[in-house]
Amino acid sequence: MTGRRTASPALTEPAAGTAAVPRFYRVASRREDTADTVTLELTEPAQPVPAFAPGQFAMLTAFGIGEVPISVSGLGDNGGGRARRLEHTLRAVGAVTRALHAAPPGSLIGVRGPFGTSWDVASAAGRDIVIVAGGIGLAPLRPVMLTALADRSRYGRIVLLVGARTPGDLLYADELERWGCDGVEVAVIVDRADSGWNGEVGVVTTLIEPAGFAPDNSVAFVCGPDVMMRFTADALAARGIPVSRIRVSLERNMRCGVGWCGHCQFGPLLVCRDGPVVSYDRVAALMRVREL
Amino acid sequence: MTGTVAMRLSAQPFFAVLTDSQRGALAEDGTEVTFAAGERLFDEGGVADMFWLIEQGGIALDMRVPGRGDQIVETLGPGTVLGWSWLHPPYRWHFGAVARLATTAIAFDAASVRRRCDADPAFGYAMLSAFTPVITERLQTTRIRLLDLYATPSQVRHAIGPVNA
Repeated sequence: MTGRRTASPALTEPAAGTAAVPRFYRVASRREDTADTVTLELTEPAQPVPAFAPGQFAMLTAFGIGEVPISVSGLGDNGGGRARRLEHTLRAVGAVTRALHAAPPGSLIGVRGPFGTSWDVASAAGRDIVIVAGGIGLAPLRPVMLTALADRSRYGRIVLLVGARTPGDLLYADELERWGCDGVEVAVIVDRADSGWNGEVGVVTTLIEPAGFAPDNSVAFVCGPDVMMRFTADALAARGIPVSRIRVSLERNMRCGVGWCGHCQFGPLLVCRDGPVVSYDRVAALMRVREL
Repeated sequence: MTGTVAMRLSAQPFFAVLTDSQRGALAEDGTEVTFAAGERLFDEGGVADMFWLIEQGGIALDMRVPGRGDQIVETLGPGTVLGWSWLHPPYRWHFGAVARLATTAIAFDAASVRRRCDADPAFGYAMLSAFTPVITERLQTTRIRLLDLYATPSQVRHAIGPVNA
């Protein structure tokens, strides 16, 4: 008996050079999505990091300030299996994200990654796709939509349910309209309406019951604040989607990105390595534990 | 009309807890109504003498806020019920309601339904069994919205004020 804990998952070795040292990417364009949210297109990497899958995240560096985990929000350009173009949508909430938010075209940003698990959109082939987003949570889900639309015949109905704080906080408003025209069932609801809003007012879970999908043949992709994901997953399960086919994207304090530092520990999971995308049946109980 | 209303009620999950005969009794107090988009159903403070089961379209609940006009607090869609202020005194609406889309609904005479509830406790219990989950669900969704989940930390601080001031 050596006392070795064989039950513990093995630590992930970082891909050489891409996990520990940021690569330089240049801001090619900066689009203001809302008052506090921008989408940055990053290009011209001298040494591109490996290609990202939808749902994975990068550690973005604002040089001299710090580093934050941000999921990819576009499909990018993955020529040669390398991320030659990246899209990240981020909201200015702290020192690092404020600096990244303000980064003008032409400036340099550090990128480490790709990290974490993906949405595995291909596993939904032959089934209906139900995407439920809350607030900035639509950003990591945008690649799910783009992937499904790029190979439309592989999937059944596509439903996108979006909740936002106010109409002014809605991301990708033009795309929401375009996706609706492309046959996606798009429903939007806001917590607080203004005088110009003629849409739904309430919480995103109320959009689930009337949505047109076959629960026994659907895969759900959910991203937003923890509480929103919990209520949404429970509502989807109540509608009949098996819990094992409900995926959520967790947000924790990711630092190293490869399961070494433990900052993002969530019970038995290290979110940077075992997540951020996990099936809800793995985390449903954990998401109800205080202080976890 | 009553037979038609009874059939339409049986298709609505909201009244699934009622027996066929209870739905038939309720149908006697129901009438089909339509509202044009923008048409107001009732104002805050008015007498709550009706309730509606929305079949198509959508209704917005609102409240007049001085300086800000009519603020929409919630929207209701097909399959949901509008109005429960008729259940208890003082039978006054707590919010206003306006059709945000062309809407078809079944309108019920609240006073007559109350009389049926008083006369037939089983019917009254079934009605409360239908309404209570909806009231509970809307209370819970309102509580979730109170959490302001999509706000940034600074927006939350602004809303609740300095914690240690």
